[in-house]
Amino acid sequence: MHEIREISLASRLESVDEAAIAADEFGKKVGLPDEFIYAVDLAVRESVANAVKHGNKFDEAKPVEVTFADTGEVFEVTVRDYGSGFNPDDVPDPTDPENLLKANGRGILFMNSFMDSIEWGNADDGGLIVKMTKKRL
Amino acid sequence: MSDLNISERQAGDVTVLDLNGKVTIGEGSVALRNAIRRLLGEGKNKILLNLASVGYIDSSGIGELVSSFTAVKKEGGTLKLLSLTQKIQDLLAITKLLTVFDTFDDEASALSSFN
Repeated sequence: MHEIREISLASRLESVDEAAIAADEFGKKVGLPDEFIYAVDLAVRESVANAVKHGNKFDEAKPVEVTFADTGEVFEVTVRDYGSGFNPDDVPDPTDPENLLKANGRGILFMNSFMDSIEWGNADDGGLIVKMTKKRL
Repeated sequence: MSDLNISERQAGDVTVLDLNGKVTIGEGSVALRNAIRRLLGEGKNKILLNLASVGYIDSSGIGELVSSFTAVKKEGGTLKLLSLTQKIQDLLAITKLLTVFDTFDDEASALSSFN
């Protein structure tokens, strides 16, 4: 059984909550347990926040597109922005002692911690595509 | 209703902020920032954040805890954390911030640690 939901969000902070609510609704619909939904919720929040802030830079003319897909075995979230792309390796390790007291830079760490795998891709027509998966079993 | 409600009480020279709600990007993080700024402006720099009723926190909220910690320290004060939920504890462990913050499970121990 495959379930898919696609949403398009404006590039503003309120969209982070909207994406998380959509993730919760979709997760409940496909029967994910609460702890799984919490993990997905957090990863979705961080990813959409990055897309709004660092990708589209709050340009409301540029959407953030989020797709949730569930195969029954794997849950997948794709977040796409229309910014200038991004290399996650450029982000300093927030757990390095010299970065511990920085206010920002922990979102990707949370995404990596709560999902099983993350693929980062730059779209041919511009923007970043982040695909996050988590096994259900 | 805002994402985060903050109520303030005084226990000797320690100010306890009871946080209730979500400390997330936007409103929740800003509310915490403003509360800490206000206390520092009033000369209150011994601060205990009670997180027992914080149901959700994201990386922005964790970042705000760190900013609060450094802002208070810069003013010669101390900021400590009380009653972390399991989820917050997990996030502080992932970020290695448990090594930075003084954390307490009970308020009496937290308050006495300031003296």
